[in-house]
Amino acid sequence: MADKTDVWQGTLALMVLKTLETMGPLHGYGIARRIEQISGNLLSLNYGTLYPALLKLEQEGAIASEWGTSENNRKAKFYKLTRAGRKQLEKEAREWEQARAIVGRFLAPSEEQA
Amino acid sequence: MKHLRAWLSRLAGVFSKQARESEISDEIESHLAMQIDDNLRAGMTADEARRAAILKLGGIEQTKQAYRARGTVPGLEALVQDLRYGLRQLRSNPGFACTAILVLALGIGASTAIFSAVNPILFRPLPYPDANRIMMLWEEHTGGSAEFACFGTFRGVSERSRSLQAVAVVKAWQPTMIGKGEPERFEGQRVSADYFRVLGVEPVLGRDFDAADDQHKGPNVVVLSDALWWRRFGGDRSIVGRQITLDDSLYTIIGIMPRGFENVVAPEAQLWAPLQYDPSLPPDSREWGHHLQMVGRLRPETTPEAAHNELHVALHPFTQAYASGFDSSGGAPQGIIVTALQRDITKDVRPALLAILGAVLLLLLIACVNVTNLMLARGAQRRGEFAMRVALGANRARLVQQLLTESLLLAIVGGVLGVLLARVGVRFLVALSPATLPRAHDIAVDKTALLFALGISSFVGVVVGLMPAVYASRSDPQSGLQQSSRTTAGGPQFTLRALVVAEVAIALVLLVSAGLLLRSIQRLFAIPPGFDSSHLLTMQVQEYGHRFDKDADRARFFDEALRAVKQVPGVVDAAFTSQLPLGGESDSYGVEFQTRPNDLSSAGFRYAVDPSYFAVMKVPLRRGRLLDEQDRVGAPMAVLLSESYARRIFRYADPIGQHVRMGPDYGHPEKPWATVVGVVSDVKQISLGLNDGEAFYITRAQWHWVDAAQSLVVRTRGDAAAMAPAIRRAIWSMDKDQPIVRVVTMDKLIADSEAQRHFALVLFEAFALVGLILAATGIYGVLSGNVSERTREIGVRAALGASPTNILALVLRQGLTLAGMGLVLGLLGAMVCSRALMTLLFGTSPLDPLTYLSVVAVLVIVSSMACWIPAHRAANVDPAITLRAE
Repeated sequence: MADKTDVWQGTLALMVLKTLETMGPLHGYGIARRIEQISGNLLSLNYGTLYPALLKLEQEGAIASEWGTSENNRKAKFYKLTRAGRKQLEKEAREWEQARAIVGRFLAPSEEQA
Repeated sequence: MKHLRAWLSRLAGVFSKQARESEISDEIESHLAMQIDDNLRAGMTADEARRAAILKLGGIEQTKQAYRARGTVPGLEALVQDLRYGLRQLRSNPGFACTAILVLALGIGASTAIFSAVNPILFRPLPYPDANRIMMLWEEHTGGSAEFACFGTFRGVSERSRSLQAVAVVKAWQPTMIGKGEPERFEGQRVSADYFRVLGVEPVLGRDFDAADDQHKGPNVVVLSDALWWRRFGGDRSIVGRQITLDDSLYTIIGIMPRGFENVVAPEAQLWAPLQYDPSLPPDSREWGHHLQMVGRLRPETTPEAAHNELHVALHPFTQAYASGFDSSGGAPQGIIVTALQRDITKDVRPALLAILGAVLLLLLIACVNVTNLMLARGAQRRGEFAMRVALGANRARLVQQLLTESLLLAIVGGVLGVLLARVGVRFLVALSPATLPRAHDIAVDKTALLFALGISSFVGVVVGLMPAVYASRSDPQSGLQQSSRTTAGGPQFTLRALVVAEVAIALVLLVSAGLLLRSIQRLFAIPPGFDSSHLLTMQVQEYGHRFDKDADRARFFDEALRAVKQVPGVVDAAFTSQLPLGGESDSYGVEFQTRPNDLSSAGFRYAVDPSYFAVMKVPLRRGRLLDEQDRVGAPMAVLLSESYARRIFRYADPIGQHVRMGPDYGHPEKPWATVVGVVSDVKQISLGLNDGEAFYITRAQWHWVDAAQSLVVRTRGDAAAMAPAIRRAIWSMDKDQPIVRVVTMDKLIADSEAQRHFALVLFEAFALVGLILAATGIYGVLSGNVSERTREIGVRAALGASPTNILALVLRQGLTLAGMGLVLGLLGAMVCSRALMTLLFGTSPLDPLTYLSVVAVLVIVSSMACWIPAHRAANVDPAITLRAE
């Protein structure tokens, strides 16, 4: 089994936003599980680090929270994407794509030589 | 944008800690519950499920900690905590808090009030565009002496100067307007065409003066101030173009100045008319009289020095071309003195204001020292608390921060209170200020003053808190905890003593300054003015109107008015005079002595008076005879000289019978000589402090013209001020349209002539008194704190046989040693500081021994009293009780 990768700086927010876009309103635990599943369990995520990140996004107005009831009838705080959050997600996703493309171009020729 | 939002939200988070705490607890709990559910479903035991869940989370407390850090601003949170704690501390010890806050409020309030007064006068630029380019221009004469400009010089400057963009001359103008009620005399100015352009201010309604207005024998036009426009014409916008009657002539209103317009050259002026002097400069005319104030606006990027240098050269050809005119004006100026307008109008008050500012800062310093003392004493009481905090893991920086927060809190509360005090104080200041104080109506606790108050409050907060904070942070937790609070003297003792010494020293400097000023004022008012000022009422009576165009008619009016005044019951005697001693006038004319031809230094003050003047004023006759009714029109001219004048001119020769020509006759051989018939004693003219007694007296009837404005002096039987209405009625019974102004008793006039010194004195006395009280409480506070800390030691001494007298002496000696050291330091300080007062002193050396001795005596007495109370308490300590108490 390959070593688990730590979450890169700054990408956690993007993952949270994307998760909320796909899944709709979700509680912290759900978001954490979803991120792990999508990464194919390759990411090691300390669930605790998620909460300050959620708070930060909420302070910035990208997400909003509300107490509700979970699928298992537990009281839980649900987060959902705001309109500002949607815009932020689009922008960050675009930037991420760009960064990936650039790095990709750097790496491509060396593979050819090999 | 989103960052700002996040920050605001975090800032708000500082104040909603509780809510956030419970929120995160709930959230983590729900998170764990869900994970435990999942883990159980995966087949773990209950214990395992919980442990794994917490492990996966990364610890409950750690998560909360990370969450908290994100939820607020970390440093700020500590600050809010400190503030809350500080407030609780202050509330738990209201005595300490109130004293400290009051003392600080006093210091900050007084400084803010004084700053509010000094700032607009000395530092804030004048309210004109590019005010730093506006200059006052004086004629420079031999020895660098400055003189008012004559119109000839003005013409020369405006024609020749390249460095000045605009130049103007102004003179006072006091036109009279009669309405329904009493006649009103306005303060106004005659100005040359460019005056408002020099200032850079335009009328808000109508137009400015132009060259066509300012022509010799030009049109009668007038510009009004906003205040006058509203007061007399209700702000009627159709006023421009209308005519008003001033001095019996019709004037067309051409403009209204804007509301905020401040005319610093003559703050009282409410209307302006063109000067209309004759540009052809006929010799022997008013165009050569030195009575004009000249102002100019420098071109951008020119300096006053450049203008001065330029004019020094450029004016020369002009003075050559008009040599005879300049000769008749007493010689051409050597150049032009160029000084910034602001500096010029404030030059008289600058020394007093700076001295007062210095004094109030000393007072603030004493207040700071006092509060530092209090804080140190309080720190000693709280040693146990600090030790406990350090033992529990607080680091020293955090402790210092806590204590600084507390002292800042004190200072800010004190500052707020101080600003309120300053608002009241400023009103007193304005009421107290001499009438000659420029820009006095600008004095207010404004935005700058508030910033100043905030600045010094914060500064003071740090200053008074720093030392106690450092001591507290240094305290050793072990000893602090062990010995509870009753211990022997610790570290701050040395500092406490040093502070007492400083306090006594500063108080001494303040007291000496106040004492020197007091002595000066006493010396000044002890100087005989040369006449008896009690029961003397004075007022200025002005004639105006075409019916007085002939001298004879004018003279008749004054004669009749005088007769009517003498009839008023309660009036002993009365006289008219062309000028009043110490009344702010200085009307002097050249006198040609037959024995000293070509002597230019012989001008004297001119008094054209009624013969009864000497009796009314009680000016004693020294030689010869006084003027009398025989000295009338047509009779040979008779002159009296003042004593010092006669002595300087004639030395030991007999002045009686000598021949002189005065004023317009000066240097005209075809005119007859006048004869000196008597010598009277000197009278102070400008100021009690100046030796300016050189004057000549002639009857009103024999002088060359009848002055339109004359001062009436009335000696009354009873209270002089109370007679004013009756006397005014008597004059108006002759002609109800003649304005009467400046009604004031002679005593008041003399007091006002020294108003500036008096102003400084009152403030210094107030500051010195407060300083003395603060210093006394400071000594008392430190000693009594010291005594109560040493109760046990004193008890032991008493038990070992020290008598109460021994102990009394011990404590007294300690206190008085401190006071003595303060006195020595203070004496040195006072010797240095009193030099700054030089210009305000009169007849008093800055090292006046009597002042120093009495101040030292006062301080010794006050500090002895402050020491005696704690010493007395120490002497009465019962050893049995104190020792048992341990």
